[in-house]
Amino acid sequence: MMDLIWIILYAVILLGALLGAVTYAILFERKVIGYMQVRPGPNRHGPWGLLQTIADVMKLLMKEDIIPTAADKKVFILAPVIAFVPSFAIFATIAWSENIYGADLNIGVLYFIGISSITTLGVLMGGWSSNNKYSLLGAIRGVAQVISYEIPLVLSIIGVVILVGSLNFRDIVFYQQEIGMWLIIPQFLAFIVYMISAIAELNRSPFDLPEAESELVSGYHTEFSGFRFAFFMLAEYVYAIAISALATTLFLGGWLGPAFLPGIVWFLLKMCLFMFFWFWLRATLPRARVDHLMGFGWKVLIPLALLNIVITAIIKVWMG
Amino acid sequence: MSIKTEEMVLNMGPQHPSTHGVFRLKLHVNGETITKAEPVMGYLHRGSEKLAENFIYTQFIPYTDRLDYLNAMTNNYIYCAGVEKLLDWEIPERAEYLRVITMELNRIASHLVWWGTYLLDIGALSPFLYAFRDRDICLDRLNEISGARMTFNYMRIGGVKWDAPDGWIEKVKESVKELRENIAEYDRLVTGNEIFRARTIGVGKLTKDQVINWGLSGPIARGSGVNVDLRKTEPYSIYDRFDFDVPTREEGDVFARYKVRIAEMHESLKIIEQACEQIPSEGDIIHKKGARIMMIKPPAGEAYTRAEASKGEIGVYVVSNAKTKPYRVKLRRPSFVNVSILQDMLVGENIQNLVAIFGSLDVVLGEVDA
Repeated sequence: MMDLIWIILYAVILLGALLGAVTYAILFERKVIGYMQVRPGPNRHGPWGLLQTIADVMKLLMKEDIIPTAADKKVFILAPVIAFVPSFAIFATIAWSENIYGADLNIGVLYFIGISSITTLGVLMGGWSSNNKYSLLGAIRGVAQVISYEIPLVLSIIGVVILVGSLNFRDIVFYQQEIGMWLIIPQFLAFIVYMISAIAELNRSPFDLPEAESELVSGYHTEFSGFRFAFFMLAEYVYAIAISALATTLFLGGWLGPAFLPGIVWFLLKMCLFMFFWFWLRATLPRARVDHLMGFGWKVLIPLALLNIVITAIIKVWMG
Repeated sequence: MSIKTEEMVLNMGPQHPSTHGVFRLKLHVNGETITKAEPVMGYLHRGSEKLAENFIYTQFIPYTDRLDYLNAMTNNYIYCAGVEKLLDWEIPERAEYLRVITMELNRIASHLVWWGTYLLDIGALSPFLYAFRDRDICLDRLNEISGARMTFNYMRIGGVKWDAPDGWIEKVKESVKELRENIAEYDRLVTGNEIFRARTIGVGKLTKDQVINWGLSGPIARGSGVNVDLRKTEPYSIYDRFDFDVPTREEGDVFARYKVRIAEMHESLKIIEQACEQIPSEGDIIHKKGARIMMIKPPAGEAYTRAEASKGEIGVYVVSNAKTKPYRVKLRRPSFVNVSILQDMLVGENIQNLVAIFGSLDVVLGEVDA
């Protein structure tokens, strides 16, 4: 009974924390991009624009709930939910610090990757059910892209898993503590592959093809408005946080860091670094083309990831 | 097993972020590959040519501002020059220099807008804001001399409306320095980008023959190796007094057009610099009669004049029957001619290339529909 209460409490706290994090991730993004584009970014609501996203969310929630007449109603309603739920569910396994963690799952990494793939279904459903040609094109692009880039993403993680010998998030960090080195050093190739495929997974610039606003208006969520749209946006940002958390755990030593700050602060700081990196890219790069994107994924990233696995395996065997 | 597939008709525009206004493309797509493209225009049609017949000569000048609103100075100029040709008036020296300086400033502003929006089309967000910041330098100078930021209504038949305010020429010189640095910086920032190059090099090829057969002009023609710049080949106004090059490239792809436009901005800066040096410090700014008479009555006849606008060759054909209103005004709008190539160029491309190609034509809808 106590366990159940703890689980529910953890889930509620996590949900609240995540919603807050997303709110300020959006503000952070807008500020970062604003400064990079020689403009101040949002600064009207609250000091330093701190209430901007809250105002935006309020607006979205109060909007009229529009379902296009030509849409496939059931699928249309279900799509944002299917897109959002897995993005939240994957946080269950992430270990924030030595003592703060959700489920201490043996197959944490596998669970993370598996569950996060479900979101693609939400994207496809959203694009398909809107009965809008641009949305459909966006959804097709999105699915093709996410599926092609999931392979190098998973393959790049396998390198880490071979080295550590465990799929558990905490074990991965403990291993890094043990060898006294973050895995970004022995697994640098994997890190590069991971970062590139993660951007494609997140549909972020320069691989934001599914929602390319200059071509497809805004891709699969063109027809969504109000809180349904908010759910898609939310899922997107939660994923950005999740992928950052995964990268922090796998390559940057999770909560490890000099002792003057508690572990969780280090973890969050490292996460922010990744978030910043993604916002930075968005302000810098133009959008890649579909065929280049696919070619790059299959012809460059997958061979690189495979090479990394081979090298890692050889090292592992050689070192015993 | 074979899957039944069918062509999808995709209606791009008239409200679409990348058609730069109310342009519509009826696309037949197979997956994302375009099999047929049909441009539909006329959503912004205002009947400018017909309107001209109902106004006295001077009254039509503000309407030319609204053709290519990004490059209104040249439109002002070409209409005035057409009427001046009918009248056979000599334009005061200082007015000619002011015309050239404002036209070239406006050309830079227009190219900067193109540069920013083009990269926005390709998916880079930041260049747009940088471009608009610098465009504002140009617009500020133009604002100071004409009183408007985009629809200048600055030129008059026989000269210009206002003389340059005190210290304006010096300010322009300063701006030229600033712009030169900034444009060079932007070039360094974007041109070498791997994704940008992958998206532009070899995309949207136009051969020399295509350019000539379709009557394309401006940076599009020069990007395909057709060395036509009316400022050089058929100098109007006082362009024969300046030393500048006409950038041309042979490749004919989107990247070539991009490079031509960037180089052209630098050439324009050169022209402005020279004009600022050479401009007489005093003198009339408008032909004596032009300043005095409201009702201009050119002798019966017809005249065609052409000039190099930022989008290509702009021409005006004015027919006068010795009354206060023109009998007929025909405008040759470069965007209208340039956009016609689209149906040929787009077949076989995908939607992402469509945006890159359409953007590279630098079309302004106010000019397409007139």
